Amino acid sequence: MRFVFAWSLGVLMAVGLTTAAAAQELQFPKTVAAGSALSVPTSGSGTATLYIVGPTQVLRRPVQLGENIVFERGQLANAGHYTAFLIGAATQAVDFDVTPEAQPSSISFLAKPSRLAVDLHDGISGVAYLFDIYRNLILKPLPVSFQLSGTASPVQVQKVDTRNGVAWVKMNSATRSGTAQFEADAGGVTEKRVIEQVPGDPCNLRMSARAAGDRIELQTDPVRDCSGNAVPDGTIISFTETYKGTESTVDAPLKRGVAKTNLPANKGAVITVAAGVVLGNEIRWQ
Amino acid sequence: MKAGRLLAVIITIATVVLVIIGTIWPNKTALAMMVGTKATTVHRPTSPMAAAEILLADITERNWQGAYSRLGNKSEFTEGEFERDMVGTYPSLRSQATLEGFDLHPLHATDDDAQIRVDMHWSTVVGEFQGVRYLHVVRNGSEWQVDWPLVKEPHVPPQVIPVNYLRWDVIYRGHEDDWGTQDVESPHIRIVDMNPVGRPGEVAVMGEILNEDVVPAFVTVKASLLRKDGSVIATENAFDKICHTLLPKQVSPFRIDFPNVSLSEVDSVRMQPSSSLIAASADPVVEIEDQTLARSPHAELTGKLVNQSGQVVNIAHVLGTFYDGSGQLQWVSDGYVNRALLPRTPATFALPIPNDIAGKINTYRVSTSTFSSSRFQ
Repeated sequence: MRFVFAWSLGVLMAVGLTTAAAAQELQFPKTVAAGSALSVPTSGSGTATLYIVGPTQVLRRPVQLGENIVFERGQLANAGHYTAFLIGAATQAVDFDVTPEAQPSSISFLAKPSRLAVDLHDGISGVAYLFDIYRNLILKPLPVSFQLSGTASPVQVQKVDTRNGVAWVKMNSATRSGTAQFEADAGGVTEKRVIEQVPGDPCNLRMSARAAGDRIELQTDPVRDCSGNAVPDGTIISFTETYKGTESTVDAPLKRGVAKTNLPANKGAVITVAAGVVLGNEIRWQ
Repeated sequence: MKAGRLLAVIITIATVVLVIIGTIWPNKTALAMMVGTKATTVHRPTSPMAAAEILLADITERNWQGAYSRLGNKSEFTEGEFERDMVGTYPSLRSQATLEGFDLHPLHATDDDAQIRVDMHWSTVVGEFQGVRYLHVVRNGSEWQVDWPLVKEPHVPPQVIPVNYLRWDVIYRGHEDDWGTQDVESPHIRIVDMNPVGRPGEVAVMGEILNEDVVPAFVTVKASLLRKDGSVIATENAFDKICHTLLPKQVSPFRIDFPNVSLSEVDSVRMQPSSSLIAASADPVVEIEDQTLARSPHAELTGKLVNQSGQVVNIAHVLGTFYDGSGQLQWVSDGYVNRALLPRTPATFALPIPNDIAGKINTYRVSTSTFSSSRFQ
């Protein structure tokens, strides 16, 4: 008899809760565009409290059942998975997703390196991350146009679709030294980086010598790399004089394209020139 | 009671006797204290060695006035010139050096004069340097006086030395920039040579590093010695056995010492070079003249530095790289010049080489790095 009574009470409560739940219903859409204004209808009567739990965000709001719950533009801005709890006479939970806007608002563009030698195959890498206005990474594939343009080289353009919000390319450095503009463009948004293309190692390093009293004045020809670009000023040129078991050396920087120095004038001395690991010509002083 | 009085009298007499002895024949420490209080004029050296010792004690205390007043040949130069001989005219390692000790070696002596060689051990922030002077000591009545062998700093005549200055300045990324905004690229550097050498009681990892970029680099090199199982035996860096500021295409040797490690324990070496951009100047240019390798009795490489620019170099650091007949790196040695490098005025240097390595050396390369107090680098 006691068992029958308990069973009947349980059934009655279950029916009651089900009825109450049916009375307060929350009708969220399955997906919501990030930051969009939203009106969610409710049913039932009385008051309840709405909790929304999402990435980096929790909202709490009193709700009048039977009226629409209105979200202003920008209130649900962070993309991700959300759960809404409506707690009143009963509790109801609804899951929904906030998705990024389809239109990119900004690009985070990583261009590396910012300085490299000329004529390097696949030497430059560009990676673009597309974000909407609320800084949500846009995961939907979108086309990105990468363009590398310099003053003395043809424009290189590559179009790539994003994968999981990221697009990347590799490009060659130009044969002429100079500054190049590296641009990433998506949906009308453009981000620019500067790539400095610098000369490579000196090529055909040559020096000449002339007497100046008891010294020899040494001067290189204008120093260029193998593509004909002038090697930048400041590059160290090493002059070495070997004479009867002794040596004299000078590390002189290039200034206005040439390096100059002077060393003791010793008849029979051998003078060599080098830049880094590149050797130049040799002079035997007579 | 009587015994107590007697003891007091004995103690008083003993004290007076000891004070008198200490005053007449002071020991070295007391002498130095007296020098410090400039009370030395009361003491008259009665032997050549005592004269040299007292003079050097004055120099140790940097009591230039006291030292100068003792000299026998002070009419030949001024006190200022004597001081400049000791500390240099321009700021240099010598300016802040302390005479830590000295050794006197009598060479010959007569009743009226004596010749003494003095080895002076100067202490500086980058280690010790030695100075050798030959003192002529003469008798002047009952007193002995030192004729100081003054080394006059060369005088650079007034002139204009045209220099086209070249320097690099760096603007780094600001805190307000987006995370995607690139910062200025670190200079590209490369280790072009490396050789670990086992020596008694230590392992030395040596090599050469090249700045292959077009901008100046501040470089450091760290090395870790690894066992066969990959565990680290020790990690050290090159400290000052490297030229840290490298201009484009400049090569610097480096040496990293691992004391108390045996080469047989080492399976591999992990090198960690690093570089960062640095504001730097391409000047001054220093010529290294007359580099000569002496193999005996003490192996060393000597030469002269000549500052080809018009600017005074306060501290010059010299690095020597030594190779065997096959071009393999065998040793890296370094040394400092303790006087400032004046424009176009040679200054000598000497780089020590271990005797066990000297026999293997066939070729070498010398480079310098400089510091001028008025500029970078």
